[in-house]
Amino acid sequence: METIAVLSPLLGGLIAGLFGRLIGDKAANMVTCLLMVVATACSVILFKNVALEKAPHIVELFTWIASGKLNVPWALRFDQLAVVMVVMVNLVSCAVHIYSVGYMSHDDARARFMSYLSLFTFAMLMLVTADNFAQLFFGWEGVGLMSYLLIGFWNKKDSANNAAIKAFVMNRIGDFGLALGIMAVFFLFGTLNYDAVFADVVNKQDVAMIFLGHEFNAINLICALLFVGAMGKSAQLGLHTWLPDAMEGPTPVSALIHAATMVTAGVFMVVRMSPLYEFAAPVREFITVLGALTAFVAATIALTQFDIKRVIAYSTMSQLGYMFFALGVSAYGAAMFHLFTHAFFKALLFLGAGSVIHAMSGEQDMRRMGGLYKLIPTTYTLMWIGNLALAGIPFFAGYYSKDMILEAAFASGDKIGHFAYWMGIAAALMTAFYSWRLLFLTFHGKPRADKHTMEHVHESPLVMMAPLYVLAAGALGAGWWGYELFVGESRIAFWGASIFINAGQDSIMEAHHVAKWVKLLPTLVGAAGILLAYILYMQATNLPGKIVQAFKVVHSFLYHKWYFDELYHIIGVVPAFFIGDKLWKIGDGKIIDGMGPDAIAAGIASSSRGTGKIQTGYVFHYAFAMLIGVVCFITAYLFIAYR
Amino acid sequence: MITFPILSLMTFLPLLGALLIMTVRGDEESVAANARSVALVTSLLTFAVSVYMYMGFDQSSADFQMVEKYDWLPGFNIAYKMGVDGISVFFILLSTLLTPICILASWESIQKRIREYMIAFLLLETMMLGMFAALDLVLFYVFFEGVLLPMFVIIGVWGGQRRVYAAFKFFLYTLLGSVLMLIAILALYHQFGTTDIPSLMQMDVPQALQRWVFLAFLASFAVKVPMWPVHTWLPDAHVEAPTAGSVILAGVLLKMGGYGFLRLSLPILPQASEYFIPLIFSLSVIAVIYTSLVALAQEDMKKLIAYSSVAHMGFVTLGIFTLTTQGLQGAMFQMLSHGVVAAALFLCVGVVYDRLHTREIRRYGGLVKNMPRYATVFMIFMLASVGLPGTSGFVGEFLVLLGAYQVHTLATFLAATGVVLGAAYMLYLYKRVVFGELIKADVKAMPDINLREMAIFAPLLALVFWMGIYPSSFLNPMAPALEKVIARYNDANGINPQGEMQP
Repeated sequence: METIAVLSPLLGGLIAGLFGRLIGDKAANMVTCLLMVVATACSVILFKNVALEKAPHIVELFTWIASGKLNVPWALRFDQLAVVMVVMVNLVSCAVHIYSVGYMSHDDARARFMSYLSLFTFAMLMLVTADNFAQLFFGWEGVGLMSYLLIGFWNKKDSANNAAIKAFVMNRIGDFGLALGIMAVFFLFGTLNYDAVFADVVNKQDVAMIFLGHEFNAINLICALLFVGAMGKSAQLGLHTWLPDAMEGPTPVSALIHAATMVTAGVFMVVRMSPLYEFAAPVREFITVLGALTAFVAATIALTQFDIKRVIAYSTMSQLGYMFFALGVSAYGAAMFHLFTHAFFKALLFLGAGSVIHAMSGEQDMRRMGGLYKLIPTTYTLMWIGNLALAGIPFFAGYYSKDMILEAAFASGDKIGHFAYWMGIAAALMTAFYSWRLLFLTFHGKPRADKHTMEHVHESPLVMMAPLYVLAAGALGAGWWGYELFVGESRIAFWGASIFINAGQDSIMEAHHVAKWVKLLPTLVGAAGILLAYILYMQATNLPGKIVQAFKVVHSFLYHKWYFDELYHIIGVVPAFFIGDKLWKIGDGKIIDGMGPDAIAAGIASSSRGTGKIQTGYVFHYAFAMLIGVVCFITAYLFIAYR
Repeated sequence: MITFPILSLMTFLPLLGALLIMTVRGDEESVAANARSVALVTSLLTFAVSVYMYMGFDQSSADFQMVEKYDWLPGFNIAYKMGVDGISVFFILLSTLLTPICILASWESIQKRIREYMIAFLLLETMMLGMFAALDLVLFYVFFEGVLLPMFVIIGVWGGQRRVYAAFKFFLYTLLGSVLMLIAILALYHQFGTTDIPSLMQMDVPQALQRWVFLAFLASFAVKVPMWPVHTWLPDAHVEAPTAGSVILAGVLLKMGGYGFLRLSLPILPQASEYFIPLIFSLSVIAVIYTSLVALAQEDMKKLIAYSSVAHMGFVTLGIFTLTTQGLQGAMFQMLSHGVVAAALFLCVGVVYDRLHTREIRRYGGLVKNMPRYATVFMIFMLASVGLPGTSGFVGEFLVLLGAYQVHTLATFLAATGVVLGAAYMLYLYKRVVFGELIKADVKAMPDINLREMAIFAPLLALVFWMGIYPSSFLNPMAPALEKVIARYNDANGINPQGEMQP
């Protein structure tokens, strides 16, 4: 059962990838979708067994790397945390697979696409079911690879290729931190196995470790290094610039990878490592601040973007920020809850946006949309549901999870928690605003597309709409369904041993007792954001232009995404190529070769020319040379003999 | 149990094939055809013998096995002595695997002096196998130098336009090291009156002598690895060598240095090895970062991969001198993995070079359209080179870094940046060659890889995944021999192995 849930996407991916040309696109679609359905069914049963009937277990497959005392097996760990992720990943992936059959029907590399989707799902499942740090790393890099391949799926486009490389290299910078963290874990604990490490944390909490010549608390150091990996994968401020560019990939990819699953890997990892992070308070404080800043900064950028997918991409980044500051205040359950609900409504939004793009013959710029609500009413309704969930309007999924995060942050009590709360409130206001800006620009007002495009606008086929209904059901119901289990009274029983919280740190418990206004404020600012968007984009439609004119500097700062890309280009990319070129031409060419082999070769050539000149052919020259030689020998002999 | 002298049989079988090719007579066409088939059959036979040898190899033993000993220069106490342990046996298998692949790869691309070419290759194989199996310093030296000659000829005769420059550069660098190594061997002989490697491993070499001998060995091995700054021969040699030459160069010849460290430097000169660790670490880290940056700036495919080889070998030297279980096993594994992956990458370059006759990256682009199979194969090897988990490249790098972290965090940190840079230059290369719009007419006309080329890649592909998913079949047999090296080192330096894990 466990192996079927994890390995059937691998099988599907391999069949579609290797034999796609042989069996044809239709068969490839069938095989991959069917195997995904099987995997999903298995994972639902497993969810029931493990999470609801509380029977966590580990399935060990075979040895992977064994070297000295390092012993890393391939294993599938099915505990509550893993099984929540498995169910979520398989459900969303299944929906995306089926959606893609319709969305990609005009592409000539459909089999390859389906294969990549399945392989991605497999890598993600390996990540979440890992039982040791090395397998975590396998899944971690695996999803990075598949993300690279899928972003660059349309590999004719230079921009897609560049975005793909950017995503991979950015993630590699994060992986670099993660890898160092794993090394440090092995150094400190002598094992990479989760259970062994977690059981030993208490004994090692005061150990110091030297890193780069400085002494750190070992657990703090490990957590900080691991977090660098999370920053890369989950697009936290600093290592986030790849995520918006990743929208170069086909839309189903954005929904699956860059919204619902892969980008949440960082959140998942920190939750998985909660026994470590609970002993690293300074790192958690850093995570809180960074998460809050990410939520805020991403929301400000989303205000100004015109590409429909980029708006949603920045919204994803912002929501990930929420999850991280929840982690920072030890509200792991709340972070997982938001991760879970977010997967549904964000996938819904992306696939809905895909449906719009599909209807508009590939147009992504909202400035050339408008007036679509009558033409594609179902998509319009679904987008409303997704946005209501995202903005945290009562009784939609996001309401339960996002409010819980904000309350937990506030309840944690200290300055940092309050900072996160207020940043989160500000971001919530902007979230509602940009979501309805998106809705109004896309669906209302006068059509701004050309006539030809507008004539072609049509609702998507059933194969694309059906997955949307499933996700919409999640966006409607996941909140109240999961509340009790994830963050409610039964949360401790539900999570069992898979989440560890220090005594007295349980901010979720505190969150149930915060003041009334703390609980109400998020909803109020959400409503205010919607109202503001309504005024600006439905009533006084000339106002946005004026505001932009009035705050030109601010607007262009936000529109250019705080100039992160430009900065990285100047301090990272350009110097690397410049130094590389100079090391090659001057370091290797002029210095090493110039003073080494080339100089010797030149020396030999000139000295052989020199010796050649001595050989004149005149007997008296040779005789003279012999005479000198004899004199030298005699002198030397006399010196040595009579010393 | 194998009772006949299988190592000698294996070593001299290719030589026999070379002699057979020499006797071939007839018109040019049939000579070429016969030379090719004799070379292929001989190398395959050698591979079969080596596999048979490995089946008789006791994986749990750290000792030398299948030892053969005959008097050679009895007056000088120098013998012809062969034997294998968990370290050398894998290099032997790597060499016997790559040689038939090289011969297949040269099937069509070599068109002049085919007979001589095949003879050179078989001779090269004999020298490589002898070098890895030799258990006597003088014998080792003879084979070690013997490898140079056919390689020198292969580059100098069948190479590209600047082949003579490249060949001489190659020769000059390696000769310098060789002379010093010979002096070091003489010094050891002078001291102990024997050149028997297993006996020398037991000796207590005086401190001062250790350091000089170490430096002399280093001069020779560092050139072979190659370590920074004596690496500049490699890009030129690779660029000018024919495809098969590059394959052997990257696949086997670069491993001679690492093998030398493991076989000679560490066991015979343990104290000096400890003394020079900072030097080796510095050079390794510089190699990783320096050459990765240089690789980023390359416009020639072969040069780029050549520089990436230097960076990868930087991990090897780093791993060896961590003297930890993980570091040593990682270094060994990295050498084997690099032997497969770099060889395959040069074959990938060879495939497109055979079709378009240029190595310039910008002449290509959009190959994924007309060569999808090639794109897939190249992608897999590219990812293995980047060190993606699940491929062979990951295990070695990961273990090396794991070992290095226990010894020196700064070196680990700096070397690990090479992992990021490695991703950058390989993906950038792949993008320029394979992705993008297919516009150029001559590139459009290139056919996808054929059956012969597929047959070349298939075993390497299988190995990449085998080594990546189930590396135990390689790590376990090499463990006892490497543990012995570590134990000898710890003994000589008075290190308590229990102490090293305390942070």
